[in-house]
Amino acid sequence: MSAELTRLTAAELAEKIHTREVSAVEVAQAHLDRVAAVDGEVHAFLHVATDAALASAAMVDEGLAAGTAPASPLAGVPLALKDVFTTLDMPTTAGSKILEGWRPPYDATVTSRLRSAGITILGKTNMDEFAMGSSTEYSAYGVTRNPWDTSRVPGGSGGGSAAALASFQAPLAIGTDTGGSIRQPAAFTGTVGVKPTYGGVSRYGLIACASSLDQGGPCARTVLDAALLHEVIGGYDPLDSTSIDERVPSVVEAARLGTSGDLSGLRVGVVRELGGEGYQAGVRASYEEALRQLEKLGAELVEVSCPHFEYGLAAYYLILPSEVSSNLARFDAMRYGLRVDKGASAEEVMAATREAGFGPEVKRRIMLGTYALSSGYYDAYYGQAQKVRTLISRDFAAAFGQADVLVSPATPTTAFPIGDKVDDPLAMYLNDLATIPTNLAGTAALSVPSGLADGLPVGLQVMAPALGEAVMYRVAAAYEAARQAEDGGPLINRVPSLPGGVA
Amino acid sequence: MTAPALVDFDEVVERFDPMLGLEVHVELNTNTKMFCGCPTTFGAEPNTQVCPTCLGLPGSLPVVNRTAVESAIRIGLALNCEIAPWGRFARKNYFYPDMPKNFQTSQYDEPIAVNGYLDVLLDDGTTVRVEIERAHMEEDTGKSLHVGGATGRIHGAEYSLLDYNRAGVPLIEIVTKMIPGTRERAPEVARAYVTALRDLLRALGVSDVRMDQGSMRCDVNLSLSPRDSGILGTRSETKNVNSLRSVERAVRYEMTRQAGVLLAGEPVVQETRHFEEAGGSTRAGRRKETAEDYRYFPEPDLVPIAPPAEWVEELRGTLPEPPWERRRRLQAEWSLTDEELRDLVNAGALDLIEATVAAGAPAGEARSWWVAYLAQQANSRGVELAGLEITPAQVARVIALVASGSLNNKLARQVVDGVLAGEGSPDDVVAARGLAVVSDEGALVAAVDEALAAQPDVAEKIRGGKVQAAGAIVGAVMKATKGQADAKRVRELIIERVGA
Repeated sequence: MSAELTRLTAAELAEKIHTREVSAVEVAQAHLDRVAAVDGEVHAFLHVATDAALASAAMVDEGLAAGTAPASPLAGVPLALKDVFTTLDMPTTAGSKILEGWRPPYDATVTSRLRSAGITILGKTNMDEFAMGSSTEYSAYGVTRNPWDTSRVPGGSGGGSAAALASFQAPLAIGTDTGGSIRQPAAFTGTVGVKPTYGGVSRYGLIACASSLDQGGPCARTVLDAALLHEVIGGYDPLDSTSIDERVPSVVEAARLGTSGDLSGLRVGVVRELGGEGYQAGVRASYEEALRQLEKLGAELVEVSCPHFEYGLAAYYLILPSEVSSNLARFDAMRYGLRVDKGASAEEVMAATREAGFGPEVKRRIMLGTYALSSGYYDAYYGQAQKVRTLISRDFAAAFGQADVLVSPATPTTAFPIGDKVDDPLAMYLNDLATIPTNLAGTAALSVPSGLADGLPVGLQVMAPALGEAVMYRVAAAYEAARQAEDGGPLINRVPSLPGGVA
Repeated sequence: MTAPALVDFDEVVERFDPMLGLEVHVELNTNTKMFCGCPTTFGAEPNTQVCPTCLGLPGSLPVVNRTAVESAIRIGLALNCEIAPWGRFARKNYFYPDMPKNFQTSQYDEPIAVNGYLDVLLDDGTTVRVEIERAHMEEDTGKSLHVGGATGRIHGAEYSLLDYNRAGVPLIEIVTKMIPGTRERAPEVARAYVTALRDLLRALGVSDVRMDQGSMRCDVNLSLSPRDSGILGTRSETKNVNSLRSVERAVRYEMTRQAGVLLAGEPVVQETRHFEEAGGSTRAGRRKETAEDYRYFPEPDLVPIAPPAEWVEELRGTLPEPPWERRRRLQAEWSLTDEELRDLVNAGALDLIEATVAAGAPAGEARSWWVAYLAQQANSRGVELAGLEITPAQVARVIALVASGSLNNKLARQVVDGVLAGEGSPDDVVAARGLAVVSDEGALVAAVDEALAAQPDVAEKIRGGKVQAAGAIVGAVMKATKGQADAKRVRELIIERVGA
């Protein structure tokens, strides 16, 4: 029974809980048991909040027993929260030593929306330090392993959240996507990951990596589950000035509509600059097949060109480090977190603490950003990168004039072996080639499983204009349904058993 | 190396032209901080007015205070500035323990108000137009308290305490363009400008403008050029100039110091200096030769400020009467000479007198209280007139008590002393100290008779028509009644009794 519960989707679990077929506490316990069984191997979680999770689930059960309507369509469903959102009752580290043991005095808006929705927060998931990385190898607390092949990375920075989903430790998770940190792990683990429109999900309480690029979003094993979670966490927040004061797009309805499998009348833009050279052969094959499937669903394929995408990576690695260098200045040992009491002055303590508290990738980016913003270099680096950003937005605008959504492979390769790229930052950065343009433009995109290449999952990226999430979910849900029909079941069912688990 | 000797001020003016620039930081009196909902009350227990945002906790985000923007626009309009239709905040990056995020959010190169001016009245009645370069919004830092050192400075301190109550309080920085041609009047112009600005901000009601509490702070930028050369000299930036008088002294000191340096054949160092209240001098602070690189970039956590034109016009309609126009009006209403008006303005008495008049006192009485007795009291206490612990309404009450005959002038001064000493309202002081004129006519008559009997020769003189001789009898009666008699009534009674 317990093992079966962990295989269900969030929508199925919610229905069973709300009809009181199973209790939220049983569901929470089943997932906690699964965490206990397999997370020693996977290391998706940095903190498991057993008592709080059971207490939260018990409250949902009490409410249902009293005849109260569930707080949300996902009330009682467990979730794994990326350890970059502040939580009053759990430590929050952002994967960094510099925040080891820090207990925030406030909940992030995403956290409080999850709580109000009655969602059971199981714990906090592993990530690359301050969301900088594509493998979780830069976490200060050890690497997370890919459930498909535990010698490989689950992607990053949100590898913990994606691996928790793929190893059935949670049916839902929250990630953040600055350059692909939701979509790339989703692609690597055969799960669904959505980067909403910039401003669509509040950043209040999200520990910043790069403020103008960061966006929290839903992760799940199905498109519908992601949509259900999207509607819980999305929407205007007066505490985030960059939050969009508009209604959340009706993504649940769109996802349901998508499963009918008809995409006729929709134009799907095939981005010429993404998916060719530099992409692994198996990834390319999976992508070609996905395009054929979309056509079979009735979509019209149009080739679009986004000539400035090739400068996206370079622009990204100027803008992101610049913002990082400023955002991470606050970690100075004066008010919270690690303090290395070395030296006689505040400046010396700050320097010693930052030296000891930050990992290599974080230091690299702080240095890059400090340099890029320096007087005399600003125009050539940051200023120029902002111009590229504008050009990329124009590319998107032109492409969305020809197509309702754009598609590409989510990543150039499948999951790579642990240790393979950790000493080669440039190779690591190339992981985000296809995902970065969306962050630079502030538009929306997701990754949906598109089969396996050499036994490892591949993701199809679907991109939509700002606030155009509905059509994106519809296309993804239609594709997901068609793919599963062809495969005879969800891809995720083919994930190998883990040593500790029966599944 | 000892510093070159100071040069006599007259000689400085003979040989150099001072170039003056002033940067004034004003804390707005909004109820909440610039980017969060924390209160801004001055003097609260340390670190009690803080939240995740103003503490810069990980994950926190700023939200712009609309009232602060409104105040900034009103200040810009009152300074005859153009209001920018669109502008972003920037981050000024540098590490300092009292700055929670290690960057200050500030409108760096996109200020909300630019290109204005302020007309400033000088002692001789002439007006100088000071051009305003810009006024921009930013947030204040916290406060460091360095403990254990001899000087209260960070150097030599054992440890430091940090209070973040002030962190995030809205500031407006108002920067003048270089003020040319001030010559020997540079110190006076500097003081007059800061005074005029203070009056304007007070009239706008946007700030407490208390220099003693730091809600208004002035930096003086000064350089010297060889007279009539037009060559720009190297400037110093003197911080921490915390009173109007200090503004004047700081300019004067820097002129004499820089002239000494230049005449000794040395270069003036571009640096930050600190004003020393005690000696009226400045001392070198941070060197600016290795200019700090603040790595400014647009604040990505905020959206641009884009005040709609209609809103700006609506705010223009809320501007109070400009102080200089108000001065002209009051001069006419109160029938003042130019010189009298200037004295009142210089004494900072105009608002106080107007408020006293508004509380029911005649203008003449109100004026004489504030420029005479109260001015003396302020002077002896070393505070500004407005810093006295008495309100215009209380002064008006004292004046009313005199007018009704309940107090004479001497008693009235005692009542004022009591109020200043914190003994309560004028009526409280009258009651507590028993300060009312002897209004018991019988007792007064008895005292007058007694005095006349004691000095029969004087009584005789009065009877003989020498009315001025009555002064001696008045004095005796006042002495006998311990001053609590109405001198005018006593005089009347003397004439009455002698003539009877």
